[in-house]
Parts: sequence; structure tokens; C-alpha cells
Amino acid sequence: MTRSYRIYAEFIKGLWKQNPVLVQLLGMCPTLAITNSAINGFSMGMAVTFVLVCSGIVISSFRKLIPREVRIATFTIIIASFVTVIDYTMKANFPAISKALGPYVPLIVVNCIILGRQEAFTSKNPPLASLADALGMGLGFTGTLIILGSIRELLGLGSIFGYRVLGPSFTPWVIMILPPGAFLTLGILIGLIKILSHSKIVNRTL
Amino acid sequence: MKDKNKGIERILTLSSSPHIRDKTTVARIMRAVIIALSPGVAASIYFFGLRAVELILVCSLSSVTAEYLFLKIRGKGIFGGPSALLTGLLLALILPPSFPLWGAALGAIFAVIIGKQIFGGLGYNIFNPALIGRAFLVATFPVLMTRWVKPFTLDAVTTATPLGLLKFQSQPTPVLPLFLGNVAGSLGETSSLALLIGGAYLLLKRYIDWRIPLSYLSSVALLSTIFYLIDPLCGAPSFHLFAGGLMIGALFMATDPVTSPLTKQGRWIFGLGAGIIVVIIRRWGGYPEGVMFSILLMNAFTPLMDRYIKPKTFGGR
Repeated sequence: MTRSYRIYAEFIKGLWKQNPVLVQLLGMCPTLAITNSAINGFSMGMAVTFVLVCSGIVISSFRKLIPREVRIATFTIIIASFVTVIDYTMKANFPAISKALGPYVPLIVVNCIILGRQEAFTSKNPPLASLADALGMGLGFTGTLIILGSIRELLGLGSIFGYRVLGPSFTPWVIMILPPGAFLTLGILIGLIKILSHSKIVNRTL
Repeated sequence: MKDKNKGIERILTLSSSPHIRDKTTVARIMRAVIIALSPGVAASIYFFGLRAVELILVCSLSSVTAEYLFLKIRGKGIFGGPSALLTGLLLALILPPSFPLWGAALGAIFAVIIGKQIFGGLGYNIFNPALIGRAFLVATFPVLMTRWVKPFTLDAVTTATPLGLLKFQSQPTPVLPLFLGNVAGSLGETSSLALLIGGAYLLLKRYIDWRIPLSYLSSVALLSTIFYLIDPLCGAPSFHLFAGGLMIGALFMATDPVTSPLTKQGRWIFGLGAGIIVVIIRRWGGYPEGVMFSILLMNAFTPLMDRYIKPKTFGGR
């Protein structure tokens, strides 16, 4: 296995095979709370990707200096610094989106995808592999949030990314942009993906 | 000694219980409930005309088709025609007469697939499927689900339901039209008389347990009497008994054998709790009617009641 292939494998696994939302079921809080529109899902995904990548590189660079006993506290401080950066950046440049996401941007600090990746991957791997892992996980998260947000926005408002897709004769399904819509959509999506991946495994073994 | 045992072995046939089988099957009970609903269906067609026929047909067809297709795709489970039909029929009877047909079909599909099949099919669902369908439609199309029409006017004259009139305009409705069903409301819930005839048939045939309707209706009557004595604007107990979906809920939905408790005590608690919730929602809630939520909430407590209320075994202490 060549080095570049290993890096590629670390990147690609987060997109589908170990997708943080659909397979690992991590980061449920922002996934359920802010996916009422595609743009919110995209912004949240980007913010999380930024924090994942930056904290991943820093923690994996210092992984040999961080004492095991206080590693969680150290990770949290590093993560919190980058969350503060992205929070203030969004507040300054995209006030509308920042307002729509509400407390969920500061809450990235406690997002289990980020702490989970530091604990499971970056604290044991060199910076380049950690970068690939963080990018893969971040994009997998973003992609899932965009899909969820698009489904909910399409059915709940008749639009995607703010563009009207369904005509005026369409009656919006109000439930889809309310909290129950998040649970319904996520549950059905995970169920469908389980069916798909299961049938693939069965086909391969046959 | 050995020969004796051999003789016994030959005489006795061994099989596990149940030893005495009745003709009653799930499909038979479901069919009986559908028969018992026929006075209610007739009343809905009498009051709301062709509209009622359309809604009932669309809901029944979509729920049966959804169940059939889901089981076919899944490749396991038994297709229960009458039970899916009953879900569709019950859903149609608790929809507003002016509700669009595509929405009714969506609600029926949701009721069967999310309300029942996702949990593993008939017998495994926690909540009453028809009520899940209605709850979904209320949350999805809040405007369409609260548009009521006057009977005999063929979608022309919109008005409020008796409970809505009482809640938002403090205007009571006389008991006789309420009892007969000549008021605005969901298709099959308006005529208490027709529903009571069907309910009496089920009770006499012993397909439903009298404890749930009795405790449900009497707790509503008792609590609304207390509130009526404190403040006559809350509505008389006779009004609360015959208004809204209480009759169809108490006789046909709270008594669903899958989602109601197994034990006698559990059934008393089920009816009592549902009655209390109805009165609380009607008195203080945001919605004028609370029957749907009361039954769904008590459905959620049913597994708990079945777990903690154990019937005494025969001869045990």
C-alpha cells in the first residue's frame, strides 16, 4: 500500500463508508436542529469542516507533547479556539446565516464528530493523514446536511437553496421544517441507506 | 412398570397451548369493526354527500395498496387486508370533509407505513395508525386540517366546529344536533348516535372491552361537570360527551387491541388518563379538540402499564 493511496483511503472513508452522520450517527444535535434549509445545512457543514481540519492538524502536530491524562481538556481548548474563530467570522461576514444557526455554531465545541476524530484518529496519526481524515469527515458531514436540508426545504417550502422549485399549486408540508420533520427525514434516510448497503453486501458475497 | 408408561404414551397426544381454539381471528375482528363503523359511514355520507364517499374510497385504497406494496418490497410479513382497510377507513372518518384527496392519500400511506409497518407490522405498532396519520396531517397541513364545512352544503359554507365555537367564541351548541350529527366536524365523528349503534354492536359481540369506553367517557363527564359547576362557560358535560371526536375515539380508537393495555386495571387507567387529557386540552390547550392527542399519549404509556401491572396467576398469592 503506497503512502498516497493510504492518504486517499483516509479521505474517502468519511464520505460514505464511515459517514459521520449516516453510519456513525455522530453530531445528531446540529444535524437535527439546523437542517430546515439547504443553505443552513451547507453553512453548518462548512463551519464544522473548518474546525475539524484546523484542530485536526494542530492536535496531530502536538500529539506527542500532549499528556494522556489531560488530553480531553487540551483537545477541547484547541477546538474551542477554532470554534470562536469561525463563530466571529460568520457573525462579521454572514450575519443572516449566523443568526439562523443561532447557538449551534458555538455548540460545535461539543460536537462529538470533532472530539471523536481527535480521540480516534488525529491523536495517533501524522498531520497529513489527519488532514485527509478531517477533510473526508467534514465533507461527508456537509454533504449529508445538504441532502437533509434540501429534502426538508423542498417539501417544507417548495424550494432548494432559496430557489423556488415546486410551483404555486404545491401545498408546503409544514411538518418538514419543524423538528419532527428532521427526525422523520433522517430516520427514513438512514433506513434506506441501510437497505442499500445491505443488499450490496449480500450481492458481493453471492 | 415400563409397559404401563408405554401405554400412557400411546393414549396421550402432547401439544402446547392454546388447546381450545375459537373461530375468532384478527381478520374477523377487523371485519366486525368495519361492519360496526357502517352506521358512522352512512351518517357521514348522509351529511357530507359525495365528498365523504370520495375521501373514504381514497383513504381505504391507498392504505391497502401501501401495505401490500410495502410487504411485497420487504419480502416478509403477512398481508392483513382488513386491518389496513380499517386504518384507511378510520383515517377518512376523522378528516375534515373539505380535505383534498391527494392529502388524504398521503395521510393513509403515512399511517400504514410509518404508523404500523416501520414498527414491524400489525401487532407491533405502539400508536394507533389512523391517529398517527391524522397527527401527521395536522402538523403538515395545519390550515387545510382546520377548515370545516357545514353539513349538506357541499363544501360551500365554512364554519367552526362546536368545540371551536365554544373555545374561541364562547358559543355553546344545543345537544340534539350534536347527538344526531348535524354539525360541522370531521366526516364520521359528528354523529354520536351512529357511532353508538356501531359501538353497541362491538360491545355486545365482545370484540372490544367495555372498560376503556366507560372509564374514558365517564372521566370526561365527571371532570367537565366539575369545570361546568365552577364556570358555565366551559360547556356542559352533555356537550363535551357528544362534541368532537370523543365518541369515535372512545369506541373505535382507544379500544384498538394492539395499542391498548392487556390487563383490566391497565384499561381503567388508560381510559381515565385519556379522559383527563381530553378535558385539559379542551379547557387550556391551544387546540379546541384533544381526543387524538389523548389517545396517542396513552398509547405511549401502554407498554409501561403492561410491564408493571401483572395479573394475579390462578392460585398464586
